[in-house]
Amino acid sequence: MNYSIFSLVRQALKGHKDWPKVWRRILPEPKYDVVIIGGGGHGLATAYYLATKHNVGRVAVLEKSWLGGGNIGRNTTIVRSNYLLAGNEPFYEFSLKLWEGLTQELNYNVMFSQRGIINLFHSDAQRDAFVRRGNSMLLHGADAVLLDRDGVKRHAPMVDLDNARFPVMGGLMQPRGGTARHDAVAWGYARGADMAGVDIIQNCEVTGLRITNGTIQGVETNLGFIGAEKLGVAVAGNSSDISRMAQFDLPIESHVLQAFVSEGLKPFIDTVVTFGAGHFYISQSDKGGLVLGGDLDGYNSYARRGNLPTVEHVMECGVAMIPRLKRLRVLRSWGGIMDMSMDGSPIIDMTPVNGLYFNTGWCYGGFKATPASGWCFAHLIANDASHEVATGLRLDRFRTGRMIDESGHGAQPNLH
Amino acid sequence: MTESQPFRNAAGGLVDREQKFGFRFDGKSYGGFAGDTLASALLANGVRLVGRSFKYHRPRGILTAGSEEPNALVELRVGGRREPNSRATVVELFHGLEASSQNRWPSLDYDLLSVNSLFSPIFVAGFYYKTFKWPPSFWEPVYERIIRRAAGLGRAALEHDPDHYEKAHAHCDVLVIGAGPAGLMAGLAAGRAGARVIIANEGPTLGGALLGENISVDGKPGSEWVAQLAAEFEALDNVQIMPRTTIFGRYDGGVYGAVEHVSDHVVVPSPHNARQRLWRIYSKQAVLAGGATERGIVFAGNDRPGVMHAQAARTYANRYAVRAGERAVVFGSTDDVYRTAHDLAEAGIEVAAIVDARSGTPERNARFETFRGYVVSRALGGRAVRAAEVRKSGDDYALEQIPCDLICVAGGWTPNIQIATHLGQRPAYDEDKACFLMPHETGGLHIAGSAAGHWGTDACLKSGTEKGAAAAGSCGFEAATPGTDEVEEGPYGNLVPLYRVKSKLGKAFVDLQNDVTDKDVALAVSEGYDSAEHTKRYTTLGMATDQGKTGNINGAAVMAEALGEPIAEVGITTARPPYTPVSFGALVGHSVGKHFSPYRLTPMHEWHEDRGATFIETGLWLRAQFYPKSGDSDWLDAAKREVKATRSSVGICDVSTLGKIDIQGPDAAELLNRLYINGWLKLAVGKARYGLMLREDGFVMDDGTTSRLSENHYVMTTTTANAGGVMSHIEFCHQVLWPQLDVQYVSVTEQWAQMAVAGPRSREVLQGVIEDTDLSNEAFPFMAAREVSLLGGVRGRLFRISFSGELAYELAVPADYGMAAWQAIMTAGAAHNIAPYGLEALSIMRVEKGHPAGPELDGRTTAGDLGLGRMMSQRKEFIGRVMAGRPALVEEDRPRLVGLKPVNAEERPYAGAHLLPEDVEHTASNDQGWVSSTAFSPSLGQWIGIGFIKDGQKRAGEQLIAAEFLRGSQVKVEVVDPVFVDPKGEKLHA
Amino acid sequence: MRIHCPHCGLRSIEEFTCLGDATIARPDPSGGEEAFYHYVYVRENPKGRHREYWHHGGGCRSWLIVERDTATHEISSVEAADAGHGDGS
Repeated sequence: MNYSIFSLVRQALKGHKDWPKVWRRILPEPKYDVVIIGGGGHGLATAYYLATKHNVGRVAVLEKSWLGGGNIGRNTTIVRSNYLLAGNEPFYEFSLKLWEGLTQELNYNVMFSQRGIINLFHSDAQRDAFVRRGNSMLLHGADAVLLDRDGVKRHAPMVDLDNARFPVMGGLMQPRGGTARHDAVAWGYARGADMAGVDIIQNCEVTGLRITNGTIQGVETNLGFIGAEKLGVAVAGNSSDISRMAQFDLPIESHVLQAFVSEGLKPFIDTVVTFGAGHFYISQSDKGGLVLGGDLDGYNSYARRGNLPTVEHVMECGVAMIPRLKRLRVLRSWGGIMDMSMDGSPIIDMTPVNGLYFNTGWCYGGFKATPASGWCFAHLIANDASHEVATGLRLDRFRTGRMIDESGHGAQPNLH
Repeated sequence: MTESQPFRNAAGGLVDREQKFGFRFDGKSYGGFAGDTLASALLANGVRLVGRSFKYHRPRGILTAGSEEPNALVELRVGGRREPNSRATVVELFHGLEASSQNRWPSLDYDLLSVNSLFSPIFVAGFYYKTFKWPPSFWEPVYERIIRRAAGLGRAALEHDPDHYEKAHAHCDVLVIGAGPAGLMAGLAAGRAGARVIIANEGPTLGGALLGENISVDGKPGSEWVAQLAAEFEALDNVQIMPRTTIFGRYDGGVYGAVEHVSDHVVVPSPHNARQRLWRIYSKQAVLAGGATERGIVFAGNDRPGVMHAQAARTYANRYAVRAGERAVVFGSTDDVYRTAHDLAEAGIEVAAIVDARSGTPERNARFETFRGYVVSRALGGRAVRAAEVRKSGDDYALEQIPCDLICVAGGWTPNIQIATHLGQRPAYDEDKACFLMPHETGGLHIAGSAAGHWGTDACLKSGTEKGAAAAGSCGFEAATPGTDEVEEGPYGNLVPLYRVKSKLGKAFVDLQNDVTDKDVALAVSEGYDSAEHTKRYTTLGMATDQGKTGNINGAAVMAEALGEPIAEVGITTARPPYTPVSFGALVGHSVGKHFSPYRLTPMHEWHEDRGATFIETGLWLRAQFYPKSGDSDWLDAAKREVKATRSSVGICDVSTLGKIDIQGPDAAELLNRLYINGWLKLAVGKARYGLMLREDGFVMDDGTTSRLSENHYVMTTTTANAGGVMSHIEFCHQVLWPQLDVQYVSVTEQWAQMAVAGPRSREVLQGVIEDTDLSNEAFPFMAAREVSLLGGVRGRLFRISFSGELAYELAVPADYGMAAWQAIMTAGAAHNIAPYGLEALSIMRVEKGHPAGPELDGRTTAGDLGLGRMMSQRKEFIGRVMAGRPALVEEDRPRLVGLKPVNAEERPYAGAHLLPEDVEHTASNDQGWVSSTAFSPSLGQWIGIGFIKDGQKRAGEQLIAAEFLRGSQVKVEVVDPVFVDPKGEKLHA
Repeated sequence: MRIHCPHCGLRSIEEFTCLGDATIARPDPSGGEEAFYHYVYVRENPKGRHREYWHHGGGCRSWLIVERDTATHEISSVEAADAGHGDGS
C-alpha cells in the first residue's frame, strides 16, 4: 500500500485495520542468487538496489537479531558530504544526492532534514585546512560555505564565540548536510526491499561459510544451510568475525563509540555543529532531544557500551562549545561498535574468495553513506566491478599505499 | 500565602510545619513545608493539573512520588538557572522556589494544541513516516518546522548557568545503592563487619519506603526505626552515607557514576559551594537495593489528573500528610489495594470503593465497599478525574460510575534493576512474580530487597542483611548477621497480573510521557514492527525522560497480547545509563570556559604580554603572534616590520614550545639512526643535524634538528604539535621493538627555554651574552651545537641552526633563566635595534625559505613530496623504510612541494586554494594540487605561497589558477622554486 | 575500567592510551612490503581475549601489554612490554 496522507486518512476512518505488514516474517529458502549478511542500513539498502536496479532474481538478507538493530539504529544521524580527498568525496556526494530523493524513492519519510552542518574552526591553520576541504567539495560538485564569526552566530547562536578556551574564528558549512531519522531509513529500505521480493530473515545468525575450491557456496545458519551464488557481507562491528570464517583477516579494528541524547527540549539548535578544538558534534532531533557524541573510547571493543572518562570528556567539549548545555540533562547514553579501518575510510570490495564481497570499515561515518554504500555494493555484486564513485574504496589500497586518510593519522584506527 | 493548604492534614507526616516555605507555580503563590517535594506541596494546595502531554497536549497531573514520574515535569527556577523537565516529585521544596508548567500555550488550563487530540486517529504511531512527503520541498521549511515546534517539552535557559559543579572520586569496599529497608540493612551488615561502606541515597533522608508507608519495625514507626539506625551509622566511621546522591551508571571494573545534588534543595548554592557534584565511586563489591517502581494499569483515561499510583497516594498521605484527593477509588490486582484504602481513610480521604480485579480473594477489609472481580474501565473527566467507570472483569458494559477525584492504581511492582543491566546483562521475566528480574548477579553486584523481587518489608530487611554480609565477605570481612526486627505492615502481594483493561472509548496510555497508547502498540505489532525494539522505536514507547520506568512493562504486556506470545518471549528493551537524567554541568565539573583545557605558557610569556603581543594557540601553547607598535595598521604591518628588522639586522623569537627530548646512552646514536630516515652514526660531537622521521606506514611523522652534545648525549627537537606523539613513539620503539638498546630518554620541553636569534647581527649580539665561547664562523660554524655559559655561569646550549634562512642561532637555557637570558639578549641587541618577532614573522620567513611546517606535514605527505626524498638513506634500516617504497608513495606524479608566485604582484592567493590550469572547467578532474601556506614576503614585496602540485618542480614556469571559491578568489600563479630568498644559503653560512 | 600498571598500581583508564594488537611482531625488514602490510594494517581483531599495547602516558610512561577481553572489558593480566630488559626506563 502506498503511504500518503490519503491512505493515512482512509485507514484512520477504518481504525487502522488494513495496513499491510511492513515486511514479511518468513523462513529462508534453500538457495538464493545473492545472500546479504546483515540486516542493517547498508545490507538492506544493498538488497533493495540489487532487487530494484539490477534485477537480481532471488535475494535474501540474513539478520542475526532484529533488522535495523546495529549501527543504523544507534548513530547520531548526521548526513554530510564534506570530505577532502578524491577517494571519498565523490562517493559521499553521490550518497547525499541519493538522500535528497530517498523519502520519495522509498515512499517512506526518512525525515532527511537539510538543516546544514557547520564545522567550527579556531585557528588560522585550521581555517586553511577547512578551506582546502571546502574547495575540494566544490570541485566535486558539493556545496560549501565559509562562515565568519557573524555567520556562525547567525546559524548557531547558542555557540559561545568569546569566552571559550579556544575562541571560534568561523566555520565551514555544508548547507545541504543535515540529519535523518535513522530507524526510518532501515525500515524504509526493508519495506522497499520486501516489496521488491527480497526475503528478509530476522533472528538468523550465520555460523559458518561454505567455501569450495575458493568459491562461496552458501552460509551455515541457526536455521540451516542457505545456498548462495554470491554472498555480500555488511555487518558493521562484526566484519572480522565473518572474514575469519573465510580464513582471512581485514585491516579493521572494532571500537566502541558512545552516543548520547538529552531530554526533549523546544527548538534549541537548528543545525548540526561540530567542535574544532575537540571531538564533539551535536544536533537536535525532531522530537526535541539533543543528539550528541564525540571520540571513541579508544580501545578495541565488541561491547555496546563505554566508560565514564569518555562520557565526561565528550560533555566537556560540548559545554566548551555551548555553555548553556550545563543546566540541561543527558537522558541516555549507549555505544555502537565501529569497524575502524586502518586509514579511516571504508572498504567495498571483492575478497580472495570467489563470490564473497565485503562492505566494511565505515568507522563512525556509515550512516550518511547508507544509500551510496547500498548502491555501490549492489553494483559490485551484480557486475563484479567497482562503481565509479567507489573505485578508491578497495582493499588493495593498503598494499599499494593509495590511502584515503582524511585525518592524516596513518594506520592507527582509534585516532581516525 | 502559606496559610491555606486545603489538602494538608493538621497533624502527621514527616514535614516540618514550623518551617513554612513560600513558592510559585505558574506565577501563583502557594505555601508548603520543609520536607515537602514540589509535588506534595502542589497537592497540598489542591493543584492537580501540572502539565500537558507531549503529543496530544492532554492535561496531566502527578502520577507518582518518585524519580519515575512521567507526567509532572516542570520548568524549575528562572533565568540562567531555568531547568526544564524537572520532576516535581523529586524536587525538594525550598522557600522562593519558582516553577512553571511546560509544553502549553497560552496557558496550562487552556492549551490550544489540545486540538491535537481531535486528530488522534491520524496521529497514530509512526504517522509521520507515512506522510509529510509531498511536495518534497515542504519538508524542512513547513512540515519539519511545525513538528519541531510542537515537539520537545521544556525550554533551555537563555542565559548561562551561573552555578558551578565539581567532581570527586571515592573508594570503598562495598557500595550500597539505595537506603530503603534492604539498603540500610546491607549497609549495616557490611559496616558492622568492618568494610568501608558507602550508602548512596537518592533522597535527602534515609528510609526509602519506610518513610512513605505505614510500617512499624521493632515496634516503632518506620521513620523512628530509621532514625535509630542512622544514629548507629553515625557512630560507624567506616560507613559514609551520601544523601541526595543518585547512582546513575555502572561501568567496568566496579566503577559507578553518581551525582550528588549538593544544592538543588536551596534557592542558590551557598558561596563557593557546588550545585552538583559528580562522583566516580570505585568499589570492590556493590549491593543494588534500588527498590521497585509500582506499575499502573492501562485503562481509558489513565492519564487524567487524579489517577495516581497507589503507593504514591499512600506516600503523600503518610509522609507528607497530604490528601491527594477528597474521594478515592482504589483499583488494583494485589492486596496493596487494602493497605491503600486503609492509609487514605486514616488520612481523611473518603474511600468510595475498592475495585479489586481479582475474584475469589478473601475479604480483607469490611470497612470499605469492595468490588471484587471488577475493574476500572475508564477514568472520566477532563482536567481532573470526576468519576471512575467500573465494570465486571471480562464484561463489555459498565456497571456504574463512581464519583471520585482520585483513582489509586496498584498493578504490582517493577524491580529497579536498571543498574544491574548496564554492563550488558539481560533481565528475564519471572512468571511467579510477574516482573523482570536479573537471573544472575555478576561482577560483584549483589541485588537485594524489592529490586530482587522481595515485596514485604520483612523480606527486604532480611535480603539486605544477607547481601550486605555477602558483599563484605567477598572483600574479606566476616559479617555477623544483625538480628531481624519484627515488622508490622498492611497487606501486600498476592498479585494476579493485570496489565490492561480493554476499552472501546477513550485513550488508554502505556507510556504517559510520550503519549503512547495501547492502540499504538497494537498498531505497531500489526504492521510488523514486532520485536520489542521495533515497537519501542516505532511508537517511541519508553524513550521519554523516564526511560519507560512506568511504561515499559505494560508495553511489553500489550505487545505480548497482540503477538499471542508470553511476555518472557517479547522481552524488554535495554536500560542505559544514566538511571535518571544527569546534568551536563555535573559531567563537566570545573572544565568550563577557559578551564576546558590548560594553557601552556613559555618562560618568557610575561615579557610578550607586557609588549602587547597577541597570541596564537598551538596545541595548548600560547605563542606570541606579533608585537604591535603604534603606526601599524594591522597585524601584517607588524609582521613585515619584524621580518625586515630580522633580515636587515637581528630579531629574537621565543621557540620554547618546540618539543625537546634528551637522549643519552651508548646506543643513543643507534636509536636515532633507526628513527630518522637519514644517517646519525657519524654525527660529530658538537654538531646538529636536520632529521626527518616517518611513521611505520612510510609517511612523514615529524622533523626537527637533533644535536650531539657529548659522546653519548643527544638532544632532539620536534615540532610543537608533534612533541607528545614523537615522545610516545620513541618510547614504543625502545620499550617494545628494541628493548636491548642501552639508551635513556626524557622529555625536557618544559625544562628548557629556547629562543631563536636571527639576522646578520645575531652573532655580534650573542657574542655579547655568551661568556665562554668564540662565535666566529670558524670557531662556531653552521650546524655547530655546544654547551655555553652565560648570565654569570648559567649553562646553556647554543645551536647554529636557522629556520629563517638568516645567520641564526637557537639558545636554550634552563627554563628558570629563560626570561633573564631573553632580557640579556635584548639589552645586548639594543644597539642593533633588535626586534622580537612572533609567529607571523616566523611563518613569513619560513615560507620565503620553503621550509615545510604543519600544513605541509599533514600526515599524508612523503619525504619525496617535501623534496626531501634524497635524505632517505639507502644503507640502513629505519622506521617506515619498507612501506615508503610502496607503489603509490613513489609515483612520479604525486603532488610535490613547489613555490607559487602570483603573476600579478598585487594579488594574494589563499592557503587552501586549489590549483587549476587556466581556462578549464572547475571540476575535480582538473584539480592539479593545492596551496598549503601563503605569506606576504617583504623581501619580494608581494604575496607568495608554497603548495603541492602533481609532478612538482617539473612544472616550474607553468602558470595556474589558485582558486579559492569560498571567498571568490582566483589568482594566477607561477610555479617556482620553493626557496624564494637566498636560494644558495649564503646567509646561513655567513 | 582500571589498569593495574606494574609500576604504578591500579590506575584509572584515562591515564592510558591503547595502541592495539600486541600479538603481531614487527617483521624483519627483509620481509618486504607484504610482511609489513600485515604488520601495519591487518588485524585479527578478536571478540574475546586480546593482547594489546597500552601506554601509561599519564603515569610512568611505560608501554604495557594488557590482556583484556574485548567483549566484556575484563582485564586478566598486565605486564611491562620490556619486562626482562632493565627497569623499563
